[in-house]
Amino acid sequence: MTLEPYLLYALAGVGLFAIGLEALIARAHLLRKILALNVMGTGVFLFLIAIAYRSEPLADPVPQAMVLTGIVVSVCATGLALALAHRVQTTTGRMELPENDEFDA
Amino acid sequence: MTLWDTAPWLIWSIVLPLSAGILTFLFRRAAPWIGIITTLGSAVSVAALAGQVTHAGPLRYSVGGWGVPLGVDLRADGLSVLMLGMSAVIAVAVSVYASRYFSDSDATDKHTAQAHQRAYFWPLWMFLLAGLNGLFLAADIFHLYVTLELLGFAAVSLAALAGKRAAVAAAMRYLLVSLSGSLFFLFGVAILYAAYATVDLTALAGKVQPGPLAWSALALMAAGLLIKGAVFPLHFWLPPAHANAPTPVSALLSALVVKASFYILLRLWFELFSTVVTPAAASFLGLLGAGAILWGSAQALNQTRLKLLVAYSTVAQLGYLMLVFPLAQHVGSALTAWSACIYFVLAHACAKTAMFLAVGNIAHAAGHDRIAELDGITQALPLSVAAFALAGISLIGLPPSGGFIAKWMLLQAAISSGEWGWATLILAGSLLAAAYVMRVLWHAFTQVAVARPLHRVPRTMEWSALALSLLAVLLGLMAARPVELLRSGAPVSIHAPGQT
Repeated sequence: MTLEPYLLYALAGVGLFAIGLEALIARAHLLRKILALNVMGTGVFLFLIAIAYRSEPLADPVPQAMVLTGIVVSVCATGLALALAHRVQTTTGRMELPENDEFDA
Repeated sequence: MTLWDTAPWLIWSIVLPLSAGILTFLFRRAAPWIGIITTLGSAVSVAALAGQVTHAGPLRYSVGGWGVPLGVDLRADGLSVLMLGMSAVIAVAVSVYASRYFSDSDATDKHTAQAHQRAYFWPLWMFLLAGLNGLFLAADIFHLYVTLELLGFAAVSLAALAGKRAAVAAAMRYLLVSLSGSLFFLFGVAILYAAYATVDLTALAGKVQPGPLAWSALALMAAGLLIKGAVFPLHFWLPPAHANAPTPVSALLSALVVKASFYILLRLWFELFSTVVTPAAASFLGLLGAGAILWGSAQALNQTRLKLLVAYSTVAQLGYLMLVFPLAQHVGSALTAWSACIYFVLAHACAKTAMFLAVGNIAHAAGHDRIAELDGITQALPLSVAAFALAGISLIGLPPSGGFIAKWMLLQAAISSGEWGWATLILAGSLLAAAYVMRVLWHAFTQVAVARPLHRVPRTMEWSALALSLLAVLLGLMAARPVELLRSGAPVSIHAPGQT
């Protein structure tokens, strides 16, 4: 069995997703967590782009449309996450989430 | 056929809140009125849609006339109509409550913070409602992903609305959890598309076969939805996010937003993967539910703060929903279990909203929500304490409440299929719920000689909590119609998953 090129890219997408997930859980710094989510997202996008190339000679447009939508969502998500992270830093003075849950009086 | 019968009502439940999101952002002074009118209009369109589905069966609508595979289709069956109805009722009550909650200027020192909250609450809440209604009407799994994200963004922003240190940290954690959950879901969507070259729910349902691809898609999607739905042990983010939000937001998050993930899980499990799921996987989800009921209730009993107690009660009640998966395994009890769990969703939504609104009133009047110091609150706020107690009746599952009917049907399903373990668990959960509700009422009903000076609570806020709690109790008396509506397009009547 030969490894088709598209399958290689699809597996790379799976790998990126796994790396991102590891960083999301293991890293404390919020910026790293946000980047980790972006890496996970890129993994899924790469997977989608790879499977679009199964149908030779023309690529399947549906996964590409999904990736475009996904990128828009991911940009919004990153924007919101960065704004919140900035707010966390101004209120707590740290770029990390507190270890224990807190409650405002 | 009149225009009323044939009009595409389902589109209005999305279009109205979406337009209102923009209008409330532009016209801040009129925002509460725009919000209330929109939720009423959306409720009317849902009622008309319910009529259509009752008469003509499940509906499908191609947005813009494009159709599959280019365009986005919407569809409505009994389950989506009931979910839309639930969100419509909660939406009206919460909007009425919020119109006073954010405009009450008792605390002049917090005036700027309050103006800020009022300015952003309405647009975000309208976008949340649009996302939610879009999710309940989605006909394909990619549309489900997009609406899940829209819902998540609005929910996170609302959770951060208070702007204080703890609320912002809780919202940040919520966002990270929500985004990773959505990415898991999206990965499942990608795998399903890779395997079957379609994202349409109906088309996929006929194509999905057991195999490594289907299993990995199911595992990824279920994992994403379980974390977004705060199912034990992935519930860690829920209590701080829900307890630190302003009262109307806590109610919306607990009553509606977590249910969206459960709704998708239900659709996937019983429609898409009905040939893939195994009894072992169903029992596993049931065990998670059992953990949620026991752990969530125990934590609720341990809390010193009222809002946190209610938030942990949400964790416990979500556990009951997971019991549908093992109980629907048996062909004979599948429809009972399915109806029971949907009814549970409806009853919990009403009861939990009422409870959070009542708790908001109590906290507003007393200036704190420490359970041990609530002695004599009944003398000051009889209506809100009554709302709390009535909502508690439904959460415990005492007749004739909606919670009672739901638990009764769950018990019926468990007993008729000989599942005594699940039956015991359902009863144990009720006892625990009774314990934590009683604990609050014990303090609330303690008579004290002189009540401390309390903040005034607007009457609208008291009545909207009471109205919803009455609805939660009365839901038990009108169970027949929703249960009948549920059969329209119900995926469990013919076969049970794992037994085909």
